[in-house]
Amino acid sequence: MTTEEVLQRRKAKKFNLWLGMIGMFMMFAALSSGFIVYTASGVDKGIKTLLPVAFAYSTAVIIVSSLSFHFAYRAAKFEQIGKQRLLLFITLVLGIAFFVIQVEAWGVLAERGIYFVNNNASQSFVYVFTGMHLAHIIAGLIVLVRCIIGTFRAPKFADNLFRMELAGIFWHFLDLLWIYIYVFLLLNQ
Amino acid sequence: MSSTVISHNAGDHGGHDHHQETFLTKYIFSQDHKMIAKQFLITGIIMAVFAMVLSILFRIQLAWPDTDFPILEIFLGKWAEGGRIKPDFFLSLVTIHGTMMVFFVLTAGLSGTFSNLLIPYQLGARDMASPFMNMLSYWFFFTACVLMTASFFVESGPAAAGWTVYPPLSAVPKAIAGSGLGMTLWLVSMFLFIISQVIGGVNYISTVLNLRTKGMDLWKMPLTIWSFFLTAIVGLLSFPVLVSAVVLLFFDRSVGTSFYLSDLVVGGEILPNEGGSPILFQHLFWFLGHPEVYIVVMPALGLTSEVISTNSRKPIFGYHAMVYSLVGITVLSFIVWGHHMFVTGMNPFLGGVFMITTLIIAVPSAVKAFNYIATLWRGNIRFTPAMMFAVGMVSFFVSGGLTGIYLGNATLDINIHDTYFVVAHFHLVMGSASIFGMLCGVYHWYPKMFGRMMDERLGYFHFWLTFVGAYLVFFPMHFMGIDGVPRRYYAFTEFPFMEKWVSANLLVTWAAIIAGLGQVAFLWNFFASIWTGKKATQNPWGSNTLEWTTPVEHFHGNWPGEIPTVYRWPYDYSKPGHHEDFIPQTVPFSETMSSNLAHDFDGDEEALRIQNEWNKQNNREILEG
Repeated sequence: MTTEEVLQRRKAKKFNLWLGMIGMFMMFAALSSGFIVYTASGVDKGIKTLLPVAFAYSTAVIIVSSLSFHFAYRAAKFEQIGKQRLLLFITLVLGIAFFVIQVEAWGVLAERGIYFVNNNASQSFVYVFTGMHLAHIIAGLIVLVRCIIGTFRAPKFADNLFRMELAGIFWHFLDLLWIYIYVFLLLNQ
Repeated sequence: MSSTVISHNAGDHGGHDHHQETFLTKYIFSQDHKMIAKQFLITGIIMAVFAMVLSILFRIQLAWPDTDFPILEIFLGKWAEGGRIKPDFFLSLVTIHGTMMVFFVLTAGLSGTFSNLLIPYQLGARDMASPFMNMLSYWFFFTACVLMTASFFVESGPAAAGWTVYPPLSAVPKAIAGSGLGMTLWLVSMFLFIISQVIGGVNYISTVLNLRTKGMDLWKMPLTIWSFFLTAIVGLLSFPVLVSAVVLLFFDRSVGTSFYLSDLVVGGEILPNEGGSPILFQHLFWFLGHPEVYIVVMPALGLTSEVISTNSRKPIFGYHAMVYSLVGITVLSFIVWGHHMFVTGMNPFLGGVFMITTLIIAVPSAVKAFNYIATLWRGNIRFTPAMMFAVGMVSFFVSGGLTGIYLGNATLDINIHDTYFVVAHFHLVMGSASIFGMLCGVYHWYPKMFGRMMDERLGYFHFWLTFVGAYLVFFPMHFMGIDGVPRRYYAFTEFPFMEKWVSANLLVTWAAIIAGLGQVAFLWNFFASIWTGKKATQNPWGSNTLEWTTPVEHFHGNWPGEIPTVYRWPYDYSKPGHHEDFIPQTVPFSETMSSNLAHDFDGDEEALRIQNEWNKQNNREILEG
């Protein structure tokens, strides 16, 4: 392949990712509209509780992880591979922390007697939103691990940067997606 | 991807060195769009045959409800004890027939095959944006097919709640046998299928927008590409919604949540689920389900546009109108889903809105139908088998589309909802029309796929049996529907008002069996021609599009040396003053006299003279210089 074709193909792959995110967003949009329609169906429906504080902590954690990823990307840009690896590792730890806090929040809800199996499905929806998001976080964590492994393989500058670029778009997307879900739930609590 | 891409320099004909491809990387886990297209096609054909056999089985039950066929017991065992199909199994047959045909054959088999084959070929790309994702797309699809078929081997049988799997029937495992493990397999299979379609569709869109060759601007793309592109957009926006619907249904079934369930008593036992709404599922389902029917029919529209223009030896009539009507259908497809739900107690005002949006779809559809006819008008028509199927597709699209106008009216729909009228409507407009589009594509692009020609006489035989058969099967159903005969009923003998229709069922079933046997001609033709067909030339149909500029022999990368540059639109057929009746897209304007551009002859006196001479000979209007 000529360089021109390689560049064109990279552009196409990045575009793939954007399209994929549109698809993922549509899934959450469907859940949101499902939630709205369901909750409007009766006065006994709705979340009927305050969201656990843990969700606020996890929001902070994921925002910080986005920042650390951004700095890892900058390090990759300036070919500081050691710094890039360290920052990626921090991002990974923050990602895992996010995961753990979300599960903690489920525990808090369960203590209040708000279970997933629930005749008020608005409350079940909280689990579905967060759970589906966590499923995507798992994919994000795999992507991060892949980036970290990549830094050990003496990558070509362009390959490393391209991988970091794609991973960054996805990780920031997961961050924004969570903020969307959180705000949506906050407005409906 | 880098491992499988061949490096090309100008003048390098090294495309034939195959990068040490093994059997596994070439035929099984191939990342080559041409091979993946063939995988999709052959899997689609197998699924089509399977789903067709299912339909013949339930047609036998409908035609002879009181007769025993011991042979059925041999094949179906306890599901046809005493040689008669059981009611539960009848519902499974209907369900899986619909699911396989709509999703596996007409979505993956059609889009998967031809988007993969033609997008890189007709745009001048070496492969898809991500060949790896493309491969994944096929294997997710394949696994989905295996799981769906596997549900015939579980104790409680395959899913039986209809292809729309409405809860509560689908959500309560105790309700019928088919709502047990079979339904779970259905959901898992569908989940995998959606992943396959989304990653496939993402690839198609990205390839169309990013990997076009030099000169190939959007308005020079063949209509096939436009239709695949818009189909992929529809899929990308609607399939994820079905994921949400399916996931919630899965939780209701397997975990005990109450998204869709409320106030149920099964076998005297009160179920604990409360507060759910089955209508919610219908909204989520039809938000995909309606766009889905356009996902099924739009590629067929694209393929036939190309084939009709090529074989009429005429430019497609109203190219821009064809594109805009596809865009119109794409947009409208998202705001009509409520017409499937007129009888759910919907607010009549809302029903009115959905009715209007639905009826507006008749406009772009009619534009397409008229443009097809105008393209054929006074064309130098070549009735190849592909062309026969293309014209057949137009016929079904019109005859099935007209009944859509009846069904789209809320007031009429209340009466004919869930009757055979609906069955007749969608089997003509989306079932037969898109299967004919698909077959037209197979006959037309077979030489490109396999380097050989299919047998023409078998092709005509196949066409006439299928065409007449399809009308004989589906046309009588309109009258049954208007008489109020409901769909999915197991036996017509139990209801006095339906009994008179058993005789019609007899005709329908015989027609279905004969048309079904006619498919053997196709299967033989398709598989035997791979080895014994006449060797194809590079451009057997005298076509303008880029795929016919590639060598007959396949290799990864499509073109040896540089990818050709495109100068003109793909429909310059029968242009006056050219020595052939087609001008490929790769021929620059400077080498020909006329094209179909505005101000074609501006300032070219000689060109105008020749055109006018031709016009005079053919009784056309004389142009002024």
